[in-house]
Amino acid sequence: MILHTASSVLRLVPESKTRQPRRGGYRLGLRAVTPLLPAVLAFGVSFGVLAQAAGMGAEASIVMSLTTFAGSAQFAVVSVLGAGGTAVAAIGAAVLLNARYGPMALAAAPAFRGGRLRRLLEAQLLVDESWALSRREGGFDRCVLIGAGAALYVGWTGGTAIGVVAGDSLADPATLGLDAAFPALFLALVAPLLRNRDALAAALLGAGIAICLTPVTPAGIPVIAATAACLVGLRRPAAAPAPSYDERPPGRGAPAEGTSR
Amino acid sequence: MSAAWVAVLAVGAATIAIKAAGPLLAGERELPLANARVVDLLAPALLAALVATQAFATDESLVLDERGAGLLAAGVAILLKAPLLVVVVVAAATAALLRLVT
Repeated sequence: MILHTASSVLRLVPESKTRQPRRGGYRLGLRAVTPLLPAVLAFGVSFGVLAQAAGMGAEASIVMSLTTFAGSAQFAVVSVLGAGGTAVAAIGAAVLLNARYGPMALAAAPAFRGGRLRRLLEAQLLVDESWALSRREGGFDRCVLIGAGAALYVGWTGGTAIGVVAGDSLADPATLGLDAAFPALFLALVAPLLRNRDALAAALLGAGIAICLTPVTPAGIPVIAATAACLVGLRRPAAAPAPSYDERPPGRGAPAEGTSR
Repeated sequence: MSAAWVAVLAVGAATIAIKAAGPLLAGERELPLANARVVDLLAPALLAALVATQAFATDESLVLDERGAGLLAAGVAILLKAPLLVVVVVAAATAALLRLVT
């Protein structure tokens, strides 16, 4: 059942023939994210273990997963503090890593409903995975975002609690190859978009920017800078013929252009 | 207050604010069409950047390790139209097996 659902969710992205069920939308989000839950749980556990090892304390570790709910930023804080860094350095690294959620949440903004408090709370369920899974042509599916986000939230914070309690006795997620699961997920989600030329250009440019900036900027900056690649959408006004950018075969040229900025 | 608590509370507050800013300021308004084109391209740009950094970046260096091999295997699975669960498992299994034998 999960297999079937996951494949239908993948096919939903281009939104062609597949009928998109309106009812039970939260469950659709839960099912879409199910293939990832073991990996998310394992990384939650691993965060809990590492946070303990870095001397963060049980309560602070769990509160961090409950409020920050973003793996890379939390691991960054643990590694900075564990290496004897200051709170300011840890905060700076984490905020840079989470800055991408600004444009992502803005893009998904029309999907959230209700008053200010409710929108604020719903927006907290936005993480890379829920954002990517809930994206549809021309917008975001609120139910999928919230269903997937809630499942990820439970997995991540639950995993953290397990890691805090169980400590070092559990396997390292890397041994199970779970760190390879996340890039694979994002590749699977971006692949159906690449049939569109502008999207292909944006993807190549985004990946190129991220790769080129990785060795020369603090973590977090490469992904934030890569979001600038979506500005290729401005290159072609509605009725005008395609500018030279689109005439070039997408390849090495596209990413190189972005990185010279 | 310990450095850990300062970091936890500050990062938590900042992250909540970052995620809430767009949805609170933009309200339920639909984005103007020109913005919509740009927003549509945010997904491929950002997803591709996440693929690149999560597969090839460790802290601030580029590395080619088992994650890259997992990504390659995932790419093959995607080309074969495998379901998402299979793609993710293939990537993880490839990385795990390589780590086991090396």
